[in-house]
Amino acid sequence: MHELSLAHGIVEQSIAAAERLRAARVVAVQLRVGRLAGVEAGALVFCYDIASQGTVLEGSRLEIIDVPLVVWCAHCLKEVELPGIQRLRCPTCDTLCGEIRHGRELEIASLEIEESDG
Amino acid sequence: MSQTRIVEVRAGVLKKNDELARALRTRFEDAGVFVVNLVSSPGTGKTQLLERTLTELAASGQRCAALVGDLETDNDARRLARSGVPVRQINTHGRCHLEAEMIGDFLGDWDLGALDVLFIENVGNLVCPASYDLGEALRVALLSVTEGEDKPQKYPTMFNSADVALITKIDLAEACEFDRAAAHAAIHDVRPGMTILELSAKRGTGMAEWHQLLADRRGAWQANHK
Repeated sequence: MHELSLAHGIVEQSIAAAERLRAARVVAVQLRVGRLAGVEAGALVFCYDIASQGTVLEGSRLEIIDVPLVVWCAHCLKEVELPGIQRLRCPTCDTLCGEIRHGRELEIASLEIEESDG
Repeated sequence: MSQTRIVEVRAGVLKKNDELARALRTRFEDAGVFVVNLVSSPGTGKTQLLERTLTELAASGQRCAALVGDLETDNDARRLARSGVPVRQINTHGRCHLEAEMIGDFLGDWDLGALDVLFIENVGNLVCPASYDLGEALRVALLSVTEGEDKPQKYPTMFNSADVALITKIDLAEACEFDRAAAHAAIHDVRPGMTILELSAKRGTGMAEWHQLLADRRGAWQANHK
């Protein structure tokens, strides 16, 4: 259960971003989570609600944007999206694909904010 | 009613840990110490492997040390101290993984320049330690024959994040009806091409190959950081 640690990281960085943007209030935080990031979205949202209490983020939504696992297939010579993360094999030619192009992401993509007047 | 707008931020959630890990990596490189992070589920045999590895490395004249992470107790540090090398225990008090900040704190004033190899034994957990870079040069994931061949499929993130996989307690393979070929295939399915060694720290099986791998990886690392 490292989701609480991650939630604190999200809150810390979102507060910093909200200050930079001079936001009056943060309505939502959009988070990109790769399939291979090792994060349980439900637990993360639960922890976010706790970690954001008493901050400018209190009451805001944490919106998870799933990022699929995309690997480079050296046989088909193209990027392919995999249906799961248990088998890093090309669904077309069954070649093992070790080169991960997407799926490890764990980043705050954007904030939905209310701007302060003036 | 005020208007809202969406502003792109693009900030890594693990940014703070990643920055601290980068600083540690530079510190390790400057000191010339090769750092190995051992990860696995509880009971895979990290401590037993480490105890034998430290004893044998020390006997061969290598200067090594260990940082060992656990939720509670200093049992592992006391066990590893029998090897005669410096050992420090990190108690995470409930935290399920080590973070770069803890490594920095517990290294304290240790003279890294006096070390050849530093081992970090992570908290026994196959989920959370995968996300935390500790500045290591080599991440080694252990899988014991008592756990079942499909462990990599259950914890793909961890096995994918590792550089080397060790199948431990190989002396028990037959008793556990462990399918070695299936285990190799399972590991390669989540981490194509990863080097796999089979060993038993209790019997000594595979220890020579393990030492050779450490020496080879350390040599390659040194060549890159001259």
